[in-house]
Amino acid sequence: MAFVKNNAKKQKSKMKDIGGKKLFLMTLPFLIIIFIFAYVPLFGWSFAFFDYKAGHKLLNTNFVGLKYFMVPFSNSILRADIVRVMRNTLAMSFLGIGTSMLPMFFAIFLSEIGFRPYRKVVQTLTTIPHFISWVLVYSVVWSLFSLNDGFVNHLLLKLNLVDAPIAFLGTSNNVWITQWAYGTWKNLGWNAILYISSLNSIDSMLYEAAEIDGAGRFAKIFYITIPGLLPTFFVLLMLSIGNLLNNGMEQYYIFQTAMNKEYIEVLDLYVYNQGIRGNNISYATAVGMLKSLVSLTLLFTANWFSKFVRGESIF
Amino acid sequence: MKKQKNLTAGNVIFNIINYTIFGLFTIICIFPFYYILINTISDNKLVSMGRIMFVPQGIHFENYISAFRIKNLPNAAFISLSRTVLGTVLVIIASSFPGYTLSKKEFWHRSFWYRFIVATMYFNAGIIPVYVTYKNLGLINNYLVYLLPSMVSPFNLVLCKTYIESIPQSLEESAEIDGAGYFIRFTRIIFPLIKPIVATIAVFSAVGHWNAFMDTVLYTSKTKLFTLQYILYLYLNEATALAEVIKSDPAAGANIDPATMLTPTAVRYTITMITVLPVLFVYPFFQKYFIKGIMLGAVKG
Repeated sequence: MAFVKNNAKKQKSKMKDIGGKKLFLMTLPFLIIIFIFAYVPLFGWSFAFFDYKAGHKLLNTNFVGLKYFMVPFSNSILRADIVRVMRNTLAMSFLGIGTSMLPMFFAIFLSEIGFRPYRKVVQTLTTIPHFISWVLVYSVVWSLFSLNDGFVNHLLLKLNLVDAPIAFLGTSNNVWITQWAYGTWKNLGWNAILYISSLNSIDSMLYEAAEIDGAGRFAKIFYITIPGLLPTFFVLLMLSIGNLLNNGMEQYYIFQTAMNKEYIEVLDLYVYNQGIRGNNISYATAVGMLKSLVSLTLLFTANWFSKFVRGESIF
Repeated sequence: MKKQKNLTAGNVIFNIINYTIFGLFTIICIFPFYYILINTISDNKLVSMGRIMFVPQGIHFENYISAFRIKNLPNAAFISLSRTVLGTVLVIIASSFPGYTLSKKEFWHRSFWYRFIVATMYFNAGIIPVYVTYKNLGLINNYLVYLLPSMVSPFNLVLCKTYIESIPQSLEESAEIDGAGYFIRFTRIIFPLIKPIVATIAVFSAVGHWNAFMDTVLYTSKTKLFTLQYILYLYLNEATALAEVIKSDPAAGANIDPATMLTPTAVRYTITMITVLPVLFVYPFFQKYFIKGIMLGAVKG
């Protein structure tokens, strides 16, 4: 009896074994795609150690060791480039981090609106810009601020506030602030959604108790709502610190002009301009590689810090 | 969530300020789209004089008809639409099916392969190595570059896998006894059950494909592969490209009515509207899926 049972068990586990291999084979095409598009490009990091030229075989090029990682130290032009690009990258990242409280306050004050339909309309319409592309944001900015067709210039001229249209776009002034403003316009309403849902999970008993104690609107916000939202805020803050160097390039690529290049060129855009436009493949790879490694370190540091402070990891 | 019945002066002032600020921000979010829209349907001569600010005048729809006569535009619209549809279908397949197989404990070396997939969320080879890899694969100037790299998203796959794991095993067991294989069980039983999560993934993927821009910049140089987003970018940036477009309009010679004749501004505004309208139309219907999406991201993240 025991023997039969054992045999049946064996057979079942053998079936499972075959099934497991079947499952693997059915999934293999997808695993191959992941390997090709996520892992294979990593071999490209080797370009950073060779004098790679487009169109040549890597084997026919000279191994140069860490030359391209050291270049910024010996070449003063590249050094100035790196300093400028890092300044822009950090300036825009810190503008974002410095104002990362905004979505939280957006959610808090939105919840203070008692008339529900108004609240719903505001919430729906302010999230729409999140779903349009940066090219469309560019088009929107152009329709508002361009020299001859812009709404703002038309309005200013009509109200006789200015004599000639103002060149809002063709300038190198306030690039960081305007880029930040475009990003805020696009994402503020969307980023607030997370806080709006956390708001609903705060125990309403707390508010009732505070009301009995005579707490006013601001006292309740300050002592109940904000502390209730801080965990969410903290996680998002840690994530944005992990992404300090990754401010992406789409926005800056699109808004880049000869005029504002000095201030808009962030790290990703610099890698693109050097590598694909300037054909300095090895150097650009070295810069990109350093960026990836620093980002990964930042992310894990932020995660470790989060564990240390709150006893919870962020991913 | 709170009842404010006491109408003290402070409360009234607070409410006025609060309602006004949110009202203004909402207007800032929406007015540009309205402004662009009324400028595409108004008399083009008045538009170029800057007279259309709040109310459309001399309404006509010639601009939209002329826009589709622009040489590259119908093709760009086709590329954008087709990559959105095909890309979304591929994303759905590539997140739900591997999500199902990896939810099975008997999967050959499951934990290794699962980590193999999840690890890709945390690193990125960078622009240049990716570019060179695509070049070696023959993906430069190839339509497939729009579809394949974005197809398997580890994030979506994990979402599907987690969702499938929450479905009771017993639902599958009866089919297993009837001798149905994994594939049949997936298509007949599991896939219909995971529709809510699939809908969320589909909506995000479709918006992503429609809005995609950098892949055209990085990996294509053939006019045939340009998307609507890219064409719009070209026209916004390059006055010469626009002049060509207007010259190439076969009707431009015949059309001398200044009210409906294409102008550079009209081309820009009209293409903007064509590109933005699908998103604006779709958004209200799918809002709940978008909001669900951010919640899922938060739980995971």
